[in-house]
Amino acid sequence: MSRIHVTTTVNGDAVDYLCEADDTLLDVLRDQLDLTGSKEGCASGDCGACTVELDGRLVCSCLVLGAEAEGRTVETIEGMANGDVLHPLQKNFIEKAALQCGVCTPGILVAAKNLLDHTPDPSEEEVRYWLAGNLCRCTGYDKIIRAVLDTAAEMRGAA
Amino acid sequence: MKFETPHSVDDAVAILRADPEARVLAGGTDLLVRLRAGHISPSAVVDIKRIPGMRDISQEDGGWRIGAGVSCAEMGEHAGLKAAYPGVVEGAELIGSTQVQGRCTMAGNLCNAGPAGDSVPAMVAAQATARVAGPNGTRDVAVFDIPTAPGQTSLAEGEFITSIFLPAPPAHSSDAYLRFIPRTEMDIAVVGCAVNLTLDAAGTVTSASMSLGAVGPKVKQVDASALVGTICDDAAVEALAAAATAAATPIDDKRGTIAFRKDVSGVLAKRAARIAYIRAKGASS
Amino acid sequence: MAKDEFEKREFKVVGTRVARPDGLDKVTGRARYGADMSAPGMLVGYCLRSPHAHARIKSIDTSEAEAMAGVKAVITRADFTNVPASDGTRDILDNVMANDKALYDGHTVAAVAATSRSAAKAALKAIKVDYEVLPHVTDVDAAMLPGAPELHQGRQQESVPEGFSQNVLARSQYGHGDVDAGFAQADVIIERSFKTAATHQGYIEPHACLATMGNDNQGDLFCCTQGHYMVRNTCADILGMESGRLRVTASEIGGGFGGKTTVFLEPVALMLSKKSGKPVKMTMSRDEVMRASGPTASTSIDIKIGTTRDGVITAATGEFRYQSGCFYAMNGALGAMCGFAPYDLENLKSVGWEVTTNRPKAAAYRAPGAPMAAFAVESVVDEVAKEIGMDPIDFRLKNAADEGTKSAYGPTYPAIGLRATLEAAKAHPHWSAPLGKNQGRGVGCGFWFNFGGDTCVSLMLNPDGTVSLSEGNPDIGGSRASMSMMAAEELGVPYENVRTIVADTASLGQNEVTDGSRVTFAVGLATIKAARHAIEIMKARAAATWGIDAEAVEWVDGAAQPAGPNAGKFPPLTVKEIAATMSNTGGPIAGHFEANAEGAGVSFGTHICDTEVDPETGAVKILRYTVFQDAGKAVHPDYVEGQLQGGAVQGIGWALNEEYIYGEDGTLQNAGYLDYRIPVASDLPMIEPVILEIPNPGHPYGVRGVGETGIVPPLATIANAVSRAAGVRMTSLPMSPPKVLAAIKAN
Repeated sequence: MSRIHVTTTVNGDAVDYLCEADDTLLDVLRDQLDLTGSKEGCASGDCGACTVELDGRLVCSCLVLGAEAEGRTVETIEGMANGDVLHPLQKNFIEKAALQCGVCTPGILVAAKNLLDHTPDPSEEEVRYWLAGNLCRCTGYDKIIRAVLDTAAEMRGAA
Repeated sequence: MKFETPHSVDDAVAILRADPEARVLAGGTDLLVRLRAGHISPSAVVDIKRIPGMRDISQEDGGWRIGAGVSCAEMGEHAGLKAAYPGVVEGAELIGSTQVQGRCTMAGNLCNAGPAGDSVPAMVAAQATARVAGPNGTRDVAVFDIPTAPGQTSLAEGEFITSIFLPAPPAHSSDAYLRFIPRTEMDIAVVGCAVNLTLDAAGTVTSASMSLGAVGPKVKQVDASALVGTICDDAAVEALAAAATAAATPIDDKRGTIAFRKDVSGVLAKRAARIAYIRAKGASS
Repeated sequence: MAKDEFEKREFKVVGTRVARPDGLDKVTGRARYGADMSAPGMLVGYCLRSPHAHARIKSIDTSEAEAMAGVKAVITRADFTNVPASDGTRDILDNVMANDKALYDGHTVAAVAATSRSAAKAALKAIKVDYEVLPHVTDVDAAMLPGAPELHQGRQQESVPEGFSQNVLARSQYGHGDVDAGFAQADVIIERSFKTAATHQGYIEPHACLATMGNDNQGDLFCCTQGHYMVRNTCADILGMESGRLRVTASEIGGGFGGKTTVFLEPVALMLSKKSGKPVKMTMSRDEVMRASGPTASTSIDIKIGTTRDGVITAATGEFRYQSGCFYAMNGALGAMCGFAPYDLENLKSVGWEVTTNRPKAAAYRAPGAPMAAFAVESVVDEVAKEIGMDPIDFRLKNAADEGTKSAYGPTYPAIGLRATLEAAKAHPHWSAPLGKNQGRGVGCGFWFNFGGDTCVSLMLNPDGTVSLSEGNPDIGGSRASMSMMAAEELGVPYENVRTIVADTASLGQNEVTDGSRVTFAVGLATIKAARHAIEIMKARAAATWGIDAEAVEWVDGAAQPAGPNAGKFPPLTVKEIAATMSNTGGPIAGHFEANAEGAGVSFGTHICDTEVDPETGAVKILRYTVFQDAGKAVHPDYVEGQLQGGAVQGIGWALNEEYIYGEDGTLQNAGYLDYRIPVASDLPMIEPVILEIPNPGHPYGVRGVGETGIVPPLATIANAVSRAAGVRMTSLPMSPPKVLAAIKAN
């Protein structure tokens, strides 16, 4: 079976890879590009642990084929910090104890960043509904929601 | 499995016609789940999103044409579409999570032919049509006639949906969609209900349609004439609720019981009718 | 170990909210979980699982699969030729690879290692299993009846009376006094029967491991687990190898909640690696996690409580029937021990039953056995209070266990915090806030034992004065931070100077699994003791430097100093200074501590919840939720709060929507997050945690474990709230909308 050659942009870098037609973008990120920050929690779009941005829009990378990424841009958790400078969400997730086991954290951070990129002043309810597709089993979400709201306020203050 | 990216409708039809085992990929939020779970093993996946027009929302004859590759999130971001068909858009926007919204499409939801598809009842209540491309050219089919049974559609070999068309909404009309789920998000509808109303200038309902999801093998059209000639008063919505409960023919399964689904069909009918009425009235002022 | 370890002190580091050391890795995607590791030349392994709930395996033909391209090993039970030494491990082997029968839908019957996923999946399809399908049973009450389909023969313990099927494995009884005499004194007696569905721990990270095993019987295993020593010991017993020849390294763990306190894939991956001669990585799909790992018991419970008009419980009885899947697990007994633990009862009879059914072998889930028992007991307590017109908190206060109370499970309590949690709940504004239409407020209490167990810690002083701490328990909720904090506190050095790592099984002595809410207590205690050991060495080095007796040196604020004017006049020697010269004063400095830690203090919590019930649909909304729990001493309050919030929300899921649903054919109908409905962010309000600190006398800082108790009260608390909001007593979990609506309509 011949594999598909895909040229795309991941976290700002031009990359290319060969994938099977049935490889998901998540398979490619994890197994070929060694970007294991995106996690497979369900492979059905129900947990959000594999959340990435595809052309700026949030998707579950388990529900995108690797071949579909041709010519597009992908942003993963590994591209969120600017060098050694953490995104304010990353910093606040550490400082405000918004993670326990941390396995859902990459997906939640990518999703929360996307929200704040276009909704700088979300309500608690907006944050909760926006993140409803990101399951967390440890925290009860409380500290996650607070960290997102606090970060939004902080970023508005800094802007 | 092969991955195909046709750049025209004709190319897509040619691929699908040549390979009956091929599957159309729009948003992929159902297809990829079934693929990974091993429930299907198609010979090819045909990504239609690179065909011109598939990702467009455009106005046509006062109505709206929505390409088969338009994500539900894009629908929710379209002010004109949302104003004309708030119920259709809210149904579409209820599918899955934020992440799923970025990919899932109404055409895909329709072709998946799940009895509980959230975008389908409001399309049916709006008398929407699907444009179907195939070996014999294109044809327009009522959305209601696309699904035939769970997982089954009326599409013939080599055919696929290229767009959904929502007709020009009459003056003083609007719609609403409600579903019942056990959680607040992420569930499949246990019952879904869409109501589409047109009023006269005085606020009396002149025409009404209602459709129900998840209470039969496919979406159900239910007689909503109980509302016609009324101002959507309590007696009228109670009559509508009774019609909904009577029309529902659900099954017992992991998501709900027959009795529950019949009861909730009525409850949602009432609630959706009231919302649609307020919207239609608001639209008329 | 001494029972009265507690010493009052002013804390500098403990009780602060420092950043956790693994935080950066976890917010940048660098942290390596079970599925994130690869090895050169690695194969991927997959399991073939039974589609039947109960079936005799007549034959398995793997010849076609073995001949396929890319397939490097195919194994079945026949490859496991060693008979494990322990009964428990034999059950585990039977669970991870079916013996003569498949005992549940999803039971592994064969496994394949191949060069790619597609090759492995194709090979699975080529394996031919000839099944003789047998009658099955999944419901606990049905399984107990004579004539029920039976899973095993000859496993019933003598404690089980006549008249039950062989599925009933054990009966255990707790309590004291004379319940008949007690009920005779009661003015009001309420008796109710309850059922609860099985739930899954629901950790987001599926089980995963990477095994490397050679024909020299030497191996390495990287896996997500709550206890890598347990993995080592169990796998070695299954494979028939010396445990010292298997090194297990724990990955970061993406949640466990008790579900990762046993093995599933690990022995299979090791056997595939051994047979193929290559590293083998295995990861479960979510479907496999649901069908073949976890879950907790489903239950059927009868509770009877009698009380006087003025609110004194005169007698109580409970029958706790728990099915724990296809093998023995002690769950009913734990329910029988925990259910009545919050109360000071004159007369009690509490009986636990262990039952097997055609479901996956139950694994621990956060206070295993206790939440369902508390649901039943606390529901009746609520109803009794209502019946005699007493405030439900006052009724509980009147009957609350205290220091000196003989507990429901036997021992007499030392200082405990139950009354403090009840009083805090009563005084909290939540308890007196107004309620609207269709709204109800519930309260419930919960208990968990907590645990100590085998613990081993090493603390190494580095030449620059920083400290390396090795512990042997996977960090499931911030324990590396809390160990660094306790070491820093004891040594008197900054928190940032202590880095804690989780050592592999070859680098540190045996450690009990991360379970029983034991880590902050037991590993914390060992850390403090290891620090004290290092301090003794540092004091001796300072004494030698000064030429005085070691007894004449004291440790103050991170430095050795003469213990008074008679000891001599020397400037203090700091950790950094002692470290800098340690090469010349006797060599490296390290403290260590090993013990089977005793003195874990029991834990109590009280929860309050407000719900609103939609009378037309039965939908329940959680409006407000407050948790009161005794932490003994909160080492890192953020992560204590996180445990209380997380436990409460898991309980909310259990109460409202989570359930294992089996079809008529005994197959699981909802093996995924779509229909196994754990709470999502939009379902919930903020969860207010209130930490109380009633010191545990068995720990130097007074620490009690906090991880498990938080899931015990919610089931009852929410049931009491829903019952009051809906005007009808809910006795079956989950309280899903169809059940609530049916109850409202039947009323």
